[in-house]
Amino acid sequence: MLQIGDKAPDFTLAASPDKMVTLSDLRGKNVILAFYPADWSPVCSDQMALYNETLRFFERHNAVLLGISVDGKWCHKAFAKDRNLHFDLLADFEPKGAVSRQYGVYKDGVSQRALFVMDDQGVIQWSYLSPIGENPGADGILQALETMTKTA
Amino acid sequence: MLTPPITSRDHVTGNQQGSTEIVEYGDFQCPYCGEAFGVVRDMLQALSNIKFVFRHFPLAESHEYAMDAALAAEAAARQQQFWQMHDALYLHQQQLSDALFPELAKQLQLNLEQFQEDMQDNLLVSKVEADFESGIRSGVNGTPTFFINGKRFNGDYRNLLAAVRH
Repeated sequence: MLQIGDKAPDFTLAASPDKMVTLSDLRGKNVILAFYPADWSPVCSDQMALYNETLRFFERHNAVLLGISVDGKWCHKAFAKDRNLHFDLLADFEPKGAVSRQYGVYKDGVSQRALFVMDDQGVIQWSYLSPIGENPGADGILQALETMTKTA
Repeated sequence: MLTPPITSRDHVTGNQQGSTEIVEYGDFQCPYCGEAFGVVRDMLQALSNIKFVFRHFPLAESHEYAMDAALAAEAAARQQQFWQMHDALYLHQQQLSDALFPELAKQLQLNLEQFQEDMQDNLLVSKVEADFESGIRSGVNGTPTFFINGKRFNGDYRNLLAAVRH
């Protein structure tokens, strides 16, 4: 798993059938990458549903959130629509898990539940690997963003 | 850890001087919270040493009525009926709608005009959002989440009573 101080590997992935996202295009913003195993986990304890509610706190720190799993773009589209998500879910689908592997968080056919916070220059400032069945919440991300804001 | 700890802004029930402090972060439209409501009620009946606090954690993007239900409880609180509204909302969770809030207010014999005015009050929105933010900072990752004496309870809420007794 990549560590603090590492340059975040660049990538371009589909966020929907008609939208591609390139990490380096987001320079100037802090970026939160949330790798997760699969779409369609139970509603109330769902990590992505939680982040959907916490986007406004991330935005205060000039941060954008991207979810990443090995699900395909059509699956993401249906999931995002069903859950009313207001952020992009990226499809690490072909070749399967290639980006997750680059970040060192690919295991047993899926992305692990891992968080990375990058600064506006694309350098990793915080990371966290959660037990796969455990929703890591948003407190770690917020603390990381606050620390970055203070030291910037 | 619970951040901030229980303050005078919180809604408290059970034993105000209770030695065991339990805080729930909940959403009135979340079905698991609806189930946990019964667990909490049974616990408060079974144990006399619990100081129980409810904080709002509305998942407003997932649950259409979660925010308004939280505001209804806060509006009722202005007429000293927070817990009565809290209970009524969970008991009528299946019937949540815009029409339900004034209906419940009527049943609780609240001043209806005042209640509806308070439901539009931005100060109450801020209070609900402050609860939500405190939940995020405390590590709440879904609803319901319970804290026992300031520490997050990671077990199944159906085992809350056993965990508290232990």
